[in-house]
Amino acid sequence: MAGPVTDPRAAAAGTPTRRGTEAALLAFAVLITVAAQAIVDLTVTGALRPEMATFSVWITALWVVAHLVVRRFASYADPLLLPAVALLVGLGLTVIHRLDLAAEVSGDTASREDAPVQLVWATLGVALFVAVLVVVRDHRTLSRFAYTLALLGIVLLALPAVLPASISEVNGAKIWIRVAGFSIQPGEFAKICLVVFFAAYLVDKRDVLALASKKVAGLELPRGRDLGPVLLAWILSILVLVFERDLGSSLLLFGIFVVMLYVATERASWLFIGLALFAGGAMIAYQIFGHVQARVNTWLDPSEYYDGAGYQLMQSLFGLGTGGLFGAGLGGGRPDQVPVAKSDFIAAAVGEELGLFGLVAVIVVYLILVERGLRTSLVVRDSFGKLLAAGLAFAIAWQVFVVLGGVTGLLPLTGLTTPFLAYGGSSLVANFVLVALLVRISDAARRPAAQHAAPIRLGDAPTEVVVP
Amino acid sequence: MNAPLRRVAISVLVLFTLLIINVNVIQVIRSDSLRGDSRNTRVLAETYDRERGSIIVDGTEVALSVPTDGRLTYLRTYPQGPLYAPVTGYHSLVYGNTYLEDVMDDVLSGEDDRLFVRRIADLFTGRDPAGGDVVLTLDPAVQAAAMAGLEGLTGAVVALDPQTGAILGLASTPTYDPGLVSGHDPAGIRANMDGITGQDPDPRLNRAISENYQVGSLFKVIVSAAALADGYTPETVVPAVDLLQLPQSTATLPNFNGSSCDPDQEQPLIDALTISCNTAFGQLGIDLGEDAVRDMAEAFGLDDEGMEIPLDVVPSGVGTIESEAALAQTSIGQRDVRMTVLQAALVAATVANDGVQMAPYLIDELRAPDLSVLEETEPEVLREPISAEVAEGLTEMMVSVVERGSGRAARLPGIEVAGKTGTAQVRPGVPDHNWFMGFAPAEEPEIAVAVLVVNGGSTGGDLSAPIARDVMAAYFEGRG
Repeated sequence: MAGPVTDPRAAAAGTPTRRGTEAALLAFAVLITVAAQAIVDLTVTGALRPEMATFSVWITALWVVAHLVVRRFASYADPLLLPAVALLVGLGLTVIHRLDLAAEVSGDTASREDAPVQLVWATLGVALFVAVLVVVRDHRTLSRFAYTLALLGIVLLALPAVLPASISEVNGAKIWIRVAGFSIQPGEFAKICLVVFFAAYLVDKRDVLALASKKVAGLELPRGRDLGPVLLAWILSILVLVFERDLGSSLLLFGIFVVMLYVATERASWLFIGLALFAGGAMIAYQIFGHVQARVNTWLDPSEYYDGAGYQLMQSLFGLGTGGLFGAGLGGGRPDQVPVAKSDFIAAAVGEELGLFGLVAVIVVYLILVERGLRTSLVVRDSFGKLLAAGLAFAIAWQVFVVLGGVTGLLPLTGLTTPFLAYGGSSLVANFVLVALLVRISDAARRPAAQHAAPIRLGDAPTEVVVP
Repeated sequence: MNAPLRRVAISVLVLFTLLIINVNVIQVIRSDSLRGDSRNTRVLAETYDRERGSIIVDGTEVALSVPTDGRLTYLRTYPQGPLYAPVTGYHSLVYGNTYLEDVMDDVLSGEDDRLFVRRIADLFTGRDPAGGDVVLTLDPAVQAAAMAGLEGLTGAVVALDPQTGAILGLASTPTYDPGLVSGHDPAGIRANMDGITGQDPDPRLNRAISENYQVGSLFKVIVSAAALADGYTPETVVPAVDLLQLPQSTATLPNFNGSSCDPDQEQPLIDALTISCNTAFGQLGIDLGEDAVRDMAEAFGLDDEGMEIPLDVVPSGVGTIESEAALAQTSIGQRDVRMTVLQAALVAATVANDGVQMAPYLIDELRAPDLSVLEETEPEVLREPISAEVAEGLTEMMVSVVERGSGRAARLPGIEVAGKTGTAQVRPGVPDHNWFMGFAPAEEPEIAVAVLVVNGGSTGGDLSAPIARDVMAAYFEGRG
C-alpha cells in the first residue's frame, strides 16, 4: 500500500521509471514458466517435448514485446503489474499443459490439447494489451465514451440471454456465444466496459450521491431519490442471475459497483445499503432458484452430495488435502480427478501439485497485483483515474476471492474463472485489457508532474486575487 | 477518495487472509483426514504408480506388478492364482490389502525405512521408485501337494522344517484367485468380490493360521509328553478301561465307537497312543493332574498370545478345566482345547527336533529393488518344552501310531513316518474335524506336517493322514 502521499503532484522530476526492475522480474517469471514446463514434461513423460523450444521462445517474445511497449508508451508504469501477470499466465499455461498430459496418459481421447490454444489466447491478450497502451494514451479520454461503453457493456451482458440456448448455454449457464468453434464469454468484456462507465458516472454524480438526508445509528443515509443508480445496478445483477443463471457475474458486478460507489462518495452507508440489497437478493434467489439452493446446500455439506453436485468440490478438497504443505510436485498428483480442473478448478490443481506453499504464493501474487492497482488509484491525480483504477483492481480482487473461496469451500461455487490462471480465452484476453488500463493509469500516476501536467479542474483553478 | 481507498485495500487484505487461512485449514489441519478419506483414490492410485515388489517362492514370482498402458501404471498379478492366495492375500484398489500384501506392505510398496536412502536417491537420479521383494520359505512342491490334497475339502495344511522353523507349505481351502480383485476396474473388482464373499465357507480365510479348531486326539501327544516328563516310559502300563466313569459326575467317557482298548483293561502307554485309547488318556490326565497337563500344553505354546510369522497367527489354548471330569475330557483333546493348524505342526516339529521348538517363519529374506538383501531370517529357538529323552520316547510312540495304529495311511515306502491322528467332535449333528500331524524321517526329521479337514466327517486316519503322506512324499521327491 501507499505510504503517506501528501500531494502526488509534488513527485519530483527525475522519478525513476523502474523499467529495469520490470525487465528483471519478467525474466524471473519467464524462467519460472519455462522451468515449470520442463518439470511437468520430465515428470509425466520422462522427456522434454520437442515443442518446448518453440514455447520458450514464444513466451519470452510475448513478454519482451509487452515490456518494450510499456517502455515506449507507459514508461513510468508500475513495474510489478506486468511481471505478476506474466507469472500467473505462465503458471496457468503450465498447469493446463500438465492437465493435457494427464488426459493423454489416461487415454481420454475426447479432450483436446488446450495449452497451445491458451497460448494463442495469451498472444491475443498481449496484442490487445499493446493495442490499449498504444491507442489509449490518456485514460481520461475513456470517460468521454462512458455511455457508449455502458451500452456496449449491457449489450454484451445481455447477448447470451437473448440468444438461443444452443448457442449460449454450457453446463446450465447461459453466458456464452459459441460461433464457429470459438466460445466467447462476453460477460468478461462487459465487466470492463461497466467499470469504466461506473467510474465516469460516479465521478460525475458523486457530490450528489454523497449528500446525506438523515442520520440513523451513526450512519448518514443518502437521500431516497439518490437510491436510483444502486437499485439499477442491483436489478441488472438480478437480471443476469435470472436470465443467464450466472451467480458469479451477478455477484461480481454488484460487488464492484457498491465498492466504487463507496470510494466515490466516501459514504459507508452505501456499503450497508449494498449489503442489505445483496442479502435481500440472495434470500429471494435462494427461495426461487433451484440452482442457487443446490449451490448453497453443496457448499454447506459437500460430502453429503458427493455422488452428485458435491463431487467436484470434494475432489478439489481431496486434491488440496493430499497435496498438503509441499504438494505432490508438478506432474506428481492427480489433478485430473477434479472435473473441469483446467478452468473452474485450476486453483485446486495448483494446490494439489504445488502444495500449500504454491497456492499461497499464487494468492500473494494476486494480492500484489491488486494492491499495486489500489496504490495506483491512491497516487493518480484525477478522480476518474482514481475510481477506474480502484474499480479494476477491486474487480480482480473480488473475482479471485469469489473463485478461490468457491474452490476451497469457503464460499458457494459461482462459476467464475480464475483471472490469468484458468483456461478460457475471453477471460484471459479481457483481463489483459484490464491490466493494460491499470498500467496506463499507473503510468499517469507515477509520471512526474512537469512532464504530464494534470488538467486544471475548475475547483483547482487559481483564484484571482483582486487587489483593491 | 483516499480514505475509503485505504479501507478497500485493507479489506482486500482481509479477504485474501481469509482465503489463506482457509487453505491452511484444508491443506494442513484437514490434510490427513482428506488424504485418508476412503473416497479419495489419489493415495491408493499413487501406489499403483510405483512398481510394487514381488512375492517370490523358490525363484518364481507368485505375486508381481506388471506395467500396463492404463491410467494406473502397474497391475498386480498372481500367476498361480489360487495356489498361493492363502499366503499372499490380495492387493486391491477397492478392498485394500490382506495377508502378506498387507503385513509386508511397507517393503513391497517401498515405504519401509530400510529403503529410505534409496527413495531419496531415486528422487535425485530420476529413477522410478520401486518396492522391495519378499522371498518366502515355501517349497512349491509341498504347497502344490497340500493344496491338491485339500481340493474339494475345507481345510488347511502346514508343513515345517523342524530344524529351522521354516514354513514349507501353508495351504488353506477353499481358495480363490486374488487376481480377480486386484485389477484396475472398480466395478469389475466389486462384482468379483461379491462372487468370492458369496461363497460359504469364506475362501479369503486362511484356515491354517486365522482360525483355531477342536483338536481331538492330537492332544494326547501333549498328555503323553507330560507323562514321559513325569517319569513314565512308553512301556509303562496304564489303565485302559472300556468305559471311564468320570469323577464327581454321572457322565462317562467312552472309547471311539464304544470299542474296547484292551481286554485286560490296561495297556502300555505306547499302545494306548497307537490306538488312541480315550479312556487310557482320560485316566492318565486325571492321574497327572491339571497342572502337569496344562503346563506341558503351555510349554508347547498353547494359551500363548499367538504369534507373527509375520502373518498373524491366532492363539491356541487349553481352555478352562473346572473339574476332574473336564480334565479327563481335555486330556483327549475335547472340551475347550483348540489349536491352529500351524500350532499342531509346531507340536510335531518340536518332537521331531529333539524337544526344541524353532520359531516358525515364512519369509526367507527381504530384498531391495537392486536385489541386495535387506534382511535375512535367522532360525531361532522359540521354546524348549521337553527334553531330548522325552522327545525320543514320543517319537517312538508316534512311529508306532503310523506303523501299526490309527495313522497307517501316512506310511511312506522306505521312510519311517511318525504321527498322530485326531478326530474332534465339534457339536452334536456337525461332522467331526479330521486331523493328522506327523514328521519324517523319524530318525532325522526334515519335514513336519499338520493336516486339518474341517468337518470332514471321517477320521483323521482315513481322511487327513493320506494328505499328510502326499505332502511329505512331494517333499522327498523334490529333494531326490
